[in-house]
Amino acid sequence: MYDADQNRTERKVGQKDIKITARDVQVYYGTNHAIKDVSVEIEDKTVTAFIGPSGCGKSTFLRCLNRMNDTIDICRVEGNIAIDGEDIYDRRVDPVQLRAKVGMVFQKPNPFPKSIYDNVAYGPKIHGLAKNKSELDDIVERALRRGAIWDEVKDRLQAPGTGLSGGQQQRLCIARAVATEPEVLLMDEPCSALDPIATGQVEELIDELKQNYSVVIVTHSMQQAARVSQKTAFFHLGNLVEYDDTEKIFTNPQDSRTESYITGRIG
Amino acid sequence: MTTLAFALLFVLACTGYVMNRRAAQAIWADGTRLHSLSNFHGLYSLLLVVIPIFVLIILWLLLAPFVINAITVASLPADVMSEASSGQAQLILAEISSIAGGRVFGDPEPWKIDAANRLVFLNEASSYALVAAVVVLGAALAYFARQRVSAEFRARQRVETMVSGLMIFCATVAIFTTIGIIAALVFETWKFFSMVPFTEFLFGLNWEPQIPIREGQIAGAGAFGWLPVILGTLVITAVALIVAVPTGLMSAIYLNEFAPKSVRSVVKPFLEILAGVPTVVYGFFAILVVAPAIRSFGQSIGLDVSPNTALAAGSVMGVMLIPFISSFADDALSAVPNALREGSLAMGATRGEMMTTVLFPAAIPGIVGGVLLAVSRAIGETMIVVMAAGLIAKMTINPLDSVTTVTVQIVTLLIGDTSFDNPKTLAAFALGLMLFLVTLLINVFALRIVRKYREAYD
Ligand SMILES: Nc1ncnc2c1ncn2[C@@H]1O[C@H](COP(=O)(O)OP(=O)(O)OP(=O)(O)O)[C@@H](O)[C@H]1O
Ligand SMILES: [Mg+2]
Repeated sequence: MYDADQNRTERKVGQKDIKITARDVQVYYGTNHAIKDVSVEIEDKTVTAFIGPSGCGKSTFLRCLNRMNDTIDICRVEGNIAIDGEDIYDRRVDPVQLRAKVGMVFQKPNPFPKSIYDNVAYGPKIHGLAKNKSELDDIVERALRRGAIWDEVKDRLQAPGTGLSGGQQQRLCIARAVATEPEVLLMDEPCSALDPIATGQVEELIDELKQNYSVVIVTHSMQQAARVSQKTAFFHLGNLVEYDDTEKIFTNPQDSRTESYITGRIG
Repeated sequence: MTTLAFALLFVLACTGYVMNRRAAQAIWADGTRLHSLSNFHGLYSLLLVVIPIFVLIILWLLLAPFVINAITVASLPADVMSEASSGQAQLILAEISSIAGGRVFGDPEPWKIDAANRLVFLNEASSYALVAAVVVLGAALAYFARQRVSAEFRARQRVETMVSGLMIFCATVAIFTTIGIIAALVFETWKFFSMVPFTEFLFGLNWEPQIPIREGQIAGAGAFGWLPVILGTLVITAVALIVAVPTGLMSAIYLNEFAPKSVRSVVKPFLEILAGVPTVVYGFFAILVVAPAIRSFGQSIGLDVSPNTALAAGSVMGVMLIPFISSFADDALSAVPNALREGSLAMGATRGEMMTTVLFPAAIPGIVGGVLLAVSRAIGETMIVVMAAGLIAKMTINPLDSVTTVTVQIVTLLIGDTSFDNPKTLAAFALGLMLFLVTLLINVFALRIVRKYREAYD
């Protein structure tokens, strides 16, 4: 099994800073033990991919990183998760501020039943990021451009966001998430509703985002993980089986389960 | 005898069902493929027997008394009937039927006893005839259905046609009832407007309908302006909504988004109990508790409060509406997809911001629909205001004053001495029609919003 401590001792010079440290994380849904003993270090300015068969706990673990699991009554998280060295499950941490810092894109597009403009302006408005209307306009435009959807919607910013196609909605949600300039962006299968062209655009966006942020992406596509990520974590039945450089995972996996998964024999 | 007719109908229908089913199964057992399952052959017979005979029995029961009365009247001595006015004829008939029922008062004329005997005979004959008709017709229909059983017979389609006919009938019952009610209201209102000018009713500022019905009664001169009455309704409705809308919404929001499960499981049943309290109970709660409390509070701060205030009736009505609004808002909020909640929270919104910026706007059409339905309930509510609001119509919007409502006036106009060719009584129908129109408008409006809301996110 993958061991974060061992990995740290092997850390070489020139490696990036650690953004998120998770230590012995356990997640229970009632009596269902969904995440078992997961320890992982996620680097800054890096794309980290979570892969693994369906139901292995990728989404669950991702949702621990911005405390979205707090909203599920039966969900219990144990262990230690720190962002920039600060324990996010500490009592003094306000999950609201945490989530402003850790953005999230969901598997199913979930635009608000508001206009396209208001969808993107939502985060900046509640966090007071814009001083006036023209600043807000700029933020919205920049976010929509980064979401690779600006050209399609620039003429109908006041149209409802729910009226877009599924792929457009997902890119709108990405634009909405990046509009608040989060430090970490969590993406749960963001491309599962997108066509290859939009997928390419989102992957470009992810590539660009990693200049400044750390991005964690859950994906079922091995090719996508290989294309966009530098680090890959393989989950299986709630365990983190292997976590390493993407190249290494895909060319020379240490664990036999990883190997059979990426070659398509399990999952 | 009627019970016997229904019992026979039941037996015939079951027999028809079993016979047809057996016959169909026999064909199937021979190895022939049936078009319809044997069950449908049975149902075909069942429905074919039940529907027409049921209609026959009902019509018979409705019409037979008229026919029998007509025959009895026709056979009375000619000189008796020719002298009698229609009212006297009614009396004679009533006397005859009470003699026929065995209740003899005094010393009736011999021709009345004859007539009573004939009435008894006719009644018996009618019931025997009904039973005979049921048996003959039922057997004929069952036989007919039995003859049609064959491999190719499309029993399923026939059954479906009959069932859908039944459903159409049931669906139209509501329509015809509505049309009937409107027609009755419009008819009486029409008579009213032939006595009281339309403009006086619609724009008059005075409502004093207690005019004499018979000569010699001491009563007012009469004035039929509905404005003070509808104004009273509006004042009480407004008070009720001011109480009910915020409370109902807040409780729904709390229960839906913030309350722990344990609180929710206690509060929800209480709201449902509130919804089940009879309005008459709210009524005496209003007179016995709320009105005196408001009065003594008003006096303690030097306000002049009348004993029956719009505030007391309205606020109690508001309490009645709380569960209504709360459950509507609850439904609207629950219908908002969870993904929107998560999306908002994941953006770093607090629960309050999520509520006000995403959930509430998404749920507002449903909530507005609920509020509008509550408005039409408040306008139509009768018992609380009959008990707790006043009777005197005043042009006032002061909630501490006594006001009266449309429903209260309808009730008081129809209580006691009534006569259907008098504007006092007919005014009730005019008010009823107006009330109907107002609530209809609001309901149409509410339904439109609710329908729009269904399309909001799909
Ligand atoms: N809200 C929930 N309540 C109860 N159990 C849950 C809940 N969400 C997830 N689980 C359970 O947790 C386990 C992990 O689920 P999770 O959604 O994290 O899987 P996943 O790896 O994201 O799968 P997929 O690739 O299909 O999205 C599963 O066994 C699932 O049944
Ligand atoms: Mg998932």
